[in-house]
Amino acid sequence: MMASSYNAKEEDGHHSGSSSHGGAGAVKSKKPDNTAFKQQRLPAWQPILTAGTVLPAFFVIGLIFIPIGIGLYVTSNNIKEYEVDYTGVDMSSPCFNCAQNFSWNSTTSCNCSVPFTLEQPFESNVFMYYGLSNFYQNHRRYVKSRDDSQLNGDRSSLKNPSKECEPYRTSDGLPIAPCGAIANSLFNDTLELYYIDANGSRTAIPLVKKGIAWWTDKHVKFRNPGGNNNNLTAAFQGTSKPVNWRKPVYELDPLDVDNNGFINEDFIVWMRTAALPTFRKLYRIIQKKASMTPTLPSGKYVLEVTYNYPVRSFEGRKRMILSTISWMGGKNPFLGIAYITVGSVCFFLGVVLLIIHHKYDNRNNSADIPN
Amino acid sequence: MCKFLRYFFYKNFTFTFVHFWYAFFCGFSAQTVYDEWFITLFNLVYTALPVLGMSLFDQDVNDRWSFQYPQLYSPGQLNMYFSKKAFVRCMMHSCYSSLILFFIPWAAMYDTVRDDGKDIVDYQSFALLAQTCLLIAVTIQLCLDTHYWTAVNQFFVWGSLSAYFAITFTMYSNGMFLIFTSSFPFIGTARNSLNQPNVWLTILLTSILCALPVVTFRFILIQLRPTINDKVRHKVRKEAVPAPRPGRPPTRRISTRRSGYAFSHAQGYGELVTSGRFLLKRPLKSRPVLFPQTDSPLAQSQPQFYRTINEESEEPQTA
Repeated sequence: MMASSYNAKEEDGHHSGSSSHGGAGAVKSKKPDNTAFKQQRLPAWQPILTAGTVLPAFFVIGLIFIPIGIGLYVTSNNIKEYEVDYTGVDMSSPCFNCAQNFSWNSTTSCNCSVPFTLEQPFESNVFMYYGLSNFYQNHRRYVKSRDDSQLNGDRSSLKNPSKECEPYRTSDGLPIAPCGAIANSLFNDTLELYYIDANGSRTAIPLVKKGIAWWTDKHVKFRNPGGNNNNLTAAFQGTSKPVNWRKPVYELDPLDVDNNGFINEDFIVWMRTAALPTFRKLYRIIQKKASMTPTLPSGKYVLEVTYNYPVRSFEGRKRMILSTISWMGGKNPFLGIAYITVGSVCFFLGVVLLIIHHKYDNRNNSADIPN
Repeated sequence: MCKFLRYFFYKNFTFTFVHFWYAFFCGFSAQTVYDEWFITLFNLVYTALPVLGMSLFDQDVNDRWSFQYPQLYSPGQLNMYFSKKAFVRCMMHSCYSSLILFFIPWAAMYDTVRDDGKDIVDYQSFALLAQTCLLIAVTIQLCLDTHYWTAVNQFFVWGSLSAYFAITFTMYSNGMFLIFTSSFPFIGTARNSLNQPNVWLTILLTSILCALPVVTFRFILIQLRPTINDKVRHKVRKEAVPAPRPGRPPTRRISTRRSGYAFSHAQGYGELVTSGRFLLKRPLKSRPVLFPQTDSPLAQSQPQFYRTINEESEEPQTA
């Protein structure tokens, strides 16, 4: 028996009112209102998984993903990339001596030359990156070790950096600017590229050092203290350079006031910490030539390294990467392959489900709901 | 209720397992994959209302159909919806989702850059990508779990997603950074990474990969082993909506209100309900008999989909 023992609310109200009128008034009913909202009768869309919706969806997804995957894969294959590892691990490597003889307080810098050959010419803008491996820029204590207020040019933070920067907060009693472990470990190798033509003469390849950092970083996040005051030496008076730097921050690029101090683009690029232990950061841009000649013709090149940055102690590796760019970024075939795979799997699943549906759908239609 | 619990465990386990996988790549230093603000607002704002909407408004069939087929209550009584087995299944599903939600962005972003050569695999962009993938994946899962989409559900789901993007863009804007510098260090991240096509392609791939096995699995189960719920819902879908009866006032005295009794897997209060002891005392004369007619429309009629209740056209009571 189905038990539904409520009476209509109006009846109750009416009768309670009539039976006890003049008294304390009708007894307030605790029954919920008979509205669509409270009685769960709201109009609704009730989708169910039918073959008519699921199977076309699978086929459509398969048909969309496969061309996207092919497009991505072809684009990625057309991107040219060349890597040179110049850590100097092997005895035969040109930078072995520099790596072995590294010392923190050496005044003379060590240079090494790494020759390489480009098989194919590089067209359009070529981007030069330095890459590091086994370098955990995403370690929690490292990531927290910075002071964004100081880097934004706040005068009080300049003289009194945040506690997060410890132990790179003060040095010789003076506050460090910029403070923190991230700034302290700034990458300071210098890389230069020379083309060796058929005669054996070297031509330097022009490298552009501006335009490598995010616009928002360069113009909003990082600001020099003292506003637009061009005398940065005075602005940074009373602070000291980070412990492992050779020059103070206002000498990062003394010739260009727009690239000096906190707004130096190499510094900004370094301060944008990487998410993974193997990463690359933009170092320089090689602009495309106005004429039809390729930016980097094929042939012999030599990379001149001023080896300042020690990575052997933590089994890290340093490399230089030359790469062209496309609408999907750098060379990464994963997305293309993944899309093709998922598209094919989807299509295949669609076929399998179609077979299952044909075989078992009769069962569903004739199935009666058991009592 | 069980659906709510299962979904809640799913979304929180997924959220947590991703951090577990990231630990292998950050030197086990407990660095969070997501932005700290996202972690704070994830359970408070971005996923709170949709889940509430689903738990309050969801129904597989309406009350008329439930009366027609009381067997629909048996899965609840047999504790099929949330048992140890269901919990383990939920955990495995979370594990799979978290693997997708971390390793697809990882592989897609490995050693890659923006389309103008600048950085995109920095910590902040990666965090934004991972959190967007997570939110869209768990929202799609909620959409798959919700069987009864009222206007309130629609508003909650799409509203939460838009709120996520609105709040994210606000927090990563210049204004918030300049006012609260140390609290909002992610400035510029949304603008610089969400305009990249490969970021959106990664998000699309991740969402589809998370949703695909669920849809496949459910569809196969409906075809091979339909539960009583599936059968009734298919029946509801197949039968045409009956035309409204012309001008005949509903003569039933039995109220169409549902009993608020939702948990039917224990002994329950059946005795109490049918005895009528809990009803307010009133004069006998004015109280109609509990089951006045054996040929009431409720037993006879085919279950309807959605009907209006015209209370004002009821017959006058016999006094």
